[in-house]
Amino acid sequence: MSEFEPKIVAFVCNWCTYAGADLAGTSRTKYASNVRIVRFPCTGRIDFMLLMKAFENGADGVIVSGCHPNDCHYTSGNFHARRRWIVFRSLLDFIGFDTDRITFSWVSAAEGNKWASLVNEVTDKMKAKGPFTDLDKLDCSKLKQLHDETITE
Amino acid sequence: MARIGVFICHCGENISATVDVEKVAREAEKLSGVGYAMDYKYMCSDPGQTKIIEAIKEHNLTGIVVGSCSPRMHEATFRKVAEKAGINPYLCEIANIREQVSWVHPKSDATTQKAIDIVRTLVQKVKRDSALFPIKVPVTKTALVVGGGIAGIQAALDIANAGHQVILVEKSPSIGGHMSQLSETFPTLDCSQCILTPRMVEVAQHPNITLHTYAEVESVSGFVGNFDVKVRLKARSVDLSKCTGCGTCWEKCPNKKIPDEFNAGLSFRTAIYTPFPQAVPNKPVIDREHCTWFLKGKCGLCAKNCPTGAINYDTQDEFIDLKVGAIVAATGFDIKHTDFFPEYGYGQFKDVIDGLQFERLASASGPTGGEIRRPSDGEIPEKIVFLACSGSRDKAKGIEYCSKICCMYTAKHAMLYKHKHHEGNAYIFYMDIRSAGKNYDEFVRRAVEEDDVHYIRGRVSRIYEKNGKLIVKGVDTLMNAEPIEIEADMVVLATAVVANQDAESVAQKMHISYDKHHFFAEAHPKLRPVETNTAGIMLAGACQTAKDIPDTVSQASAAASKVIGLFSADEMTREPVIAVVNRMMPPQFTTCTGCLLCMEVCPYHAIEREEIKDRRTGEILKVAAKVNAGLCQGCGTCVAFCRNKSIDLQGFSNQQMLSEVMALLNKPF
Repeated sequence: MSEFEPKIVAFVCNWCTYAGADLAGTSRTKYASNVRIVRFPCTGRIDFMLLMKAFENGADGVIVSGCHPNDCHYTSGNFHARRRWIVFRSLLDFIGFDTDRITFSWVSAAEGNKWASLVNEVTDKMKAKGPFTDLDKLDCSKLKQLHDETITE
Repeated sequence: MARIGVFICHCGENISATVDVEKVAREAEKLSGVGYAMDYKYMCSDPGQTKIIEAIKEHNLTGIVVGSCSPRMHEATFRKVAEKAGINPYLCEIANIREQVSWVHPKSDATTQKAIDIVRTLVQKVKRDSALFPIKVPVTKTALVVGGGIAGIQAALDIANAGHQVILVEKSPSIGGHMSQLSETFPTLDCSQCILTPRMVEVAQHPNITLHTYAEVESVSGFVGNFDVKVRLKARSVDLSKCTGCGTCWEKCPNKKIPDEFNAGLSFRTAIYTPFPQAVPNKPVIDREHCTWFLKGKCGLCAKNCPTGAINYDTQDEFIDLKVGAIVAATGFDIKHTDFFPEYGYGQFKDVIDGLQFERLASASGPTGGEIRRPSDGEIPEKIVFLACSGSRDKAKGIEYCSKICCMYTAKHAMLYKHKHHEGNAYIFYMDIRSAGKNYDEFVRRAVEEDDVHYIRGRVSRIYEKNGKLIVKGVDTLMNAEPIEIEADMVVLATAVVANQDAESVAQKMHISYDKHHFFAEAHPKLRPVETNTAGIMLAGACQTAKDIPDTVSQASAAASKVIGLFSADEMTREPVIAVVNRMMPPQFTTCTGCLLCMEVCPYHAIEREEIKDRRTGEILKVAAKVNAGLCQGCGTCVAFCRNKSIDLQGFSNQQMLSEVMALLNKPF
């Protein structure tokens, strides 16, 4: 059996982390190919429900990364993201979601190596954890029934 | 129906060495909505671009995805290509398969798969792209400069000399600022007024500059290119058109015991006064807080004696509305005064003075005519102790930063004293000597080597009075931390440079962000040091941080060049990647509920409250958010905050981001 290859979705800002990932490329730093980047203008733009959508549709791990505090291209977007993450994390904790599957990080445009090691770290961690199946275990039949009823009405 | 073209670049071998580019193109062709796919060795080359243009025309494509290097590299290139072929440039997306695929992964199926995933994602995104058009904003080619110190003067002159109208607003009765108070300037020992006053006169006489002294900015609204500014012209009580500046009024004024701000409190002025003899405009103003007429309703001597009848006690504050395209904030700084230092006597020892007071003593136009005499008894001090870093770099006093100018001006003060009084002794207590700057270190060396100024590395713990002398208790850290005591005749504190007392309210009025010390914040500390986060508002001088004159003038010219750049076209073009609030048919108008959470979080104050009214009755039907396209920078913070997704970011819409996530995971959407 081949080794489990986790799917990792990275939500990154355009100005720091996306540029950092580009720098990893220009410096030819090799890292795991499990990651797929979604480019946002700013981490402040990231709607955290998208993270849930990613998990719902087969992601095994998620990275959120933007500019370091005080370095935001838009002054304060990363602070908003950080606050939102703190609140969101406690909500996820409360409902029993495995918050270890989400990694929140800062990677600047100068940190190509940090980006590479971040991706490797998260990939290894998700390999160790195995596929994400928590949502599959949920019994959503009642919810689905409710949903279908609302639609037909 | 979308017909997307996919163009995969080999980038020589940069991509094709590890990614099976032909397979990526073949797979892309199978995607729904894709009308054409190809791969080519150099997509960005001239023949590559021609191939894209031909394909767009031949296959009637509605959008393109270019699988190549990073969008940071060639997005602009390929958008131009799309435009040349007749499709909207914002219907072009770049799949980054070089920096984020071929260069970071080895040749393998997984690598090719990643490239395919990325291309699929961008195909989904481009399908939901809408045509965007650069936003054209008209520019009012008049600049407002706030603050008439050397920063404001320099910025105003530079902008005016480039042929644009400038309105200069200064809150005190004369322009000139702190520089007009200085004696001589380091490192050349030029007389400050000699180099400044010609500039002040130039401002007053410049055909492109309108000068409003004794005036303050009340409010700023609008956005880059189109600011609406309300300015309060404070009641001067003197008709400037009639006044000749003869001086009869202040000679007759009986109220002669008001501390003179220009001389830093070392002398007195009258209630009707001009701040200093070279003031621009050189016409008096009545200080209503101290004038007997305004306090007791009688006197009127100045009005009785004025030969031209220029004095009018009934004038009121006036407001004027200005339309300007750009604003330069040059509101300057203040210093801490001696009362900030309990350890040095809370400002109660008359002969413990601050640096600005020493400047006035050393200045030929000062209260002593340039002779350095003690404020207490007018004697010439035999021994002066200067304390650098008074308050600066002192966390306990809440000022962690270096005030930058004190090392240099303290050396200058000691030098000036020694030049005027060769037998005197000058001691300087310092922490470090920071004299980086053209000819700066040479200047300090001169103070030590030629003028015999004694530098003592250490702090002073206490100053107290004993037998008419000031006892300075300090420590010399270069002499085994030995305590030393100096009996001084005068002590000069190089007190910390701080923001103006009203800096916070000024910043709020002008929508400038500021730091915890109330210094104004630049847009980027390194790459955009003269712009603020509010487009169209620039910074000059010490309102941003402590600065010496050369730095202030450089920044003022830089701010002016930014304004001139802005004024170089009649319209300015802005990226259309901005947020929009949805609008629909009545009676709903919009899904926005008007909670205005977006307004709170917007770092650019780009969101306004909009009242949707019945056209006939004027009745308010709904309150909603509205994005000001001139101010929005497209960060999207509002979009993530919006509770019911009524606000969206063009180019990074909710639909697009969701479709990207779904496509990455190869799920239908």
